[in-house]
Amino acid sequence: MSRHERPSSETAPRLDADGIDRRGFLECMTWAGTGILWSISGGVASGVGLGRALAAEPQKALTFLQISDSHVGFDKAANPDALGTLREAVARIRTLKEKPAFMIHTGDISHLSKDKEFDDADQIIKEAGIPVFYVPGEHDLLDDGQGKAYLDRYGKGAKGAGWYSYDHGGVHFIALVNVVNLKAGGLGNLGTEQLEWLENDVAGLPSSTPLVVFAHIPLWTVYPEWGWGTADGLEALSYLKRFGSVTVLNGHIHQVMQKVEGNVSFHTARSTAFPQPAPGTAPSPGPLKLPAGELKKNLGIATVNFVRGSEPLAIIDTPLEG
Amino acid sequence: MKQSPLPLPPQVAVLAICLAFGALATPAAAEDVTVSIDNFTFTPAEVTVTPGTTVTWVNNDDIPHTVVDKKQAFRSKALDTEGKFSFTFTTAGDYSYFCSLHPHMVGKVIVKAGG
Repeated sequence: MSRHERPSSETAPRLDADGIDRRGFLECMTWAGTGILWSISGGVASGVGLGRALAAEPQKALTFLQISDSHVGFDKAANPDALGTLREAVARIRTLKEKPAFMIHTGDISHLSKDKEFDDADQIIKEAGIPVFYVPGEHDLLDDGQGKAYLDRYGKGAKGAGWYSYDHGGVHFIALVNVVNLKAGGLGNLGTEQLEWLENDVAGLPSSTPLVVFAHIPLWTVYPEWGWGTADGLEALSYLKRFGSVTVLNGHIHQVMQKVEGNVSFHTARSTAFPQPAPGTAPSPGPLKLPAGELKKNLGIATVNFVRGSEPLAIIDTPLEG
Repeated sequence: MKQSPLPLPPQVAVLAICLAFGALATPAAAEDVTVSIDNFTFTPAEVTVTPGTTVTWVNNDDIPHTVVDKKQAFRSKALDTEGKFSFTFTTAGDYSYFCSLHPHMVGKVIVKAGG
C-alpha cells in the first residue's frame, strides 16, 4: 500500500472546534482493494470500508453514478481492451441493487475522438439503462473541428464548449468544461465566458441548495508539474463559497483522490480504461502498466448518495475487481 | 552541421555519414532535425536550426500528443503512438510550442541563419 493512510472512521482527521479541518484537509488515495464510502457532513469527513457500507441499512437518497476516462480506442500495453473494461464497468452498474437516477461521465469518453470510438462507447454506456450527462475530456476534442464532433453528439442544449447545469432531487448539478484553449505551460482552463456563466447560473439559488460540480480535469491543484489542476478553478469555487454543500467530481488523473476544504469536498474517480501513477512517483503521468491480475483492481466506478435533510454525502468507489 | 564537400557519389557520402555517426545517431542529414516525445517531454526541448530546416516530431509515448505553436505558425493533429509531424521553418525567429493536450509539455525551435 502507499504511504497514505487508508481513511476510516478511526483515522478521521482532528478538526477545529467549529468542525472544519482548515489546515490539514483530508487528502487520500486508494490504490487497490475494497472501495471506500465517504460521508461528509458540515465539513466533517469520515470514511468506512465498502463492506461495512454495504452492510448498513440503505437510506432513501438521491443516488447517481460517476464513470470517467473510458478512453475507448486505447489498446496499448496498460490495457489492450479498454472497450472490454468499460463493458465490465457498465455490467457492474446494472447489478446495483438501487438503480442510480442517472450517470455522469467526467470525460475522455474516447481516446482519439474518432466517430467509431464514440459510437462504441455510446453503444455500451446506453446498456446501463439510465440517463447520462457528459463533459468532455481533452481526448474528446481531437477531431478536425476541435470539439465539433463532441458537441454534435453530446452538446445539445449546452453553452459554449459544452457547459450546462440542471436540477435533480433538490440538488443543482453544474457541468463545466476545462479542457479547451489550454495555454502553454499551464493547467486546465475554464475561461472568462464560462466563469461569467457560472456566476450567473448560481446567482439566484438559495445557499442551502446542495451543489454538485463536475468537470474533467480536477478543479483543485493536484499536481501542477503534470498539469493536474485548473488555472482559474479557484475563481469558479469563489462563486460557490456561500453554499453549504458543494461536491466537486473530476476525472483525468485515473485514480481516486479526495480532499475536503470547508464545505467543499473534492473527489476524483478511477478510469475504466487504465490507471495512472500517483503524482511524482513516475517520470510522467503516462499509462501505468501493472502486473497481470492487478489492472481491474485499479479501474472502477463511483456511486454518490445524497441523503436529504441531514445532508451527508457518500461516495463509494468500486473497483472492477478486488 | 556541414554538408560533406567530398567529390564522391552520393551513396558513398551517405555511407560515410552513417559510419561516422553510427546507427544510433538521429541527425542523418544536415537539414533534418528530429524531436522525440518520450515520457511527456520534448527531447531536445530546444533546437536551433537554419531557415529551410524541416523539424519532425515523433511520439514515442502510449498517449497521444500534439505539437502546437503558441503563435499558431503550426499545429499538428493528435499524434498517436509513433505518429509524426513535420514542419519546415522558412522564417527566422523563436517558435515556442507546446502539447495542447498536456500543456505542461513545452519546447522551442530557434530559427536563425547560419554564420
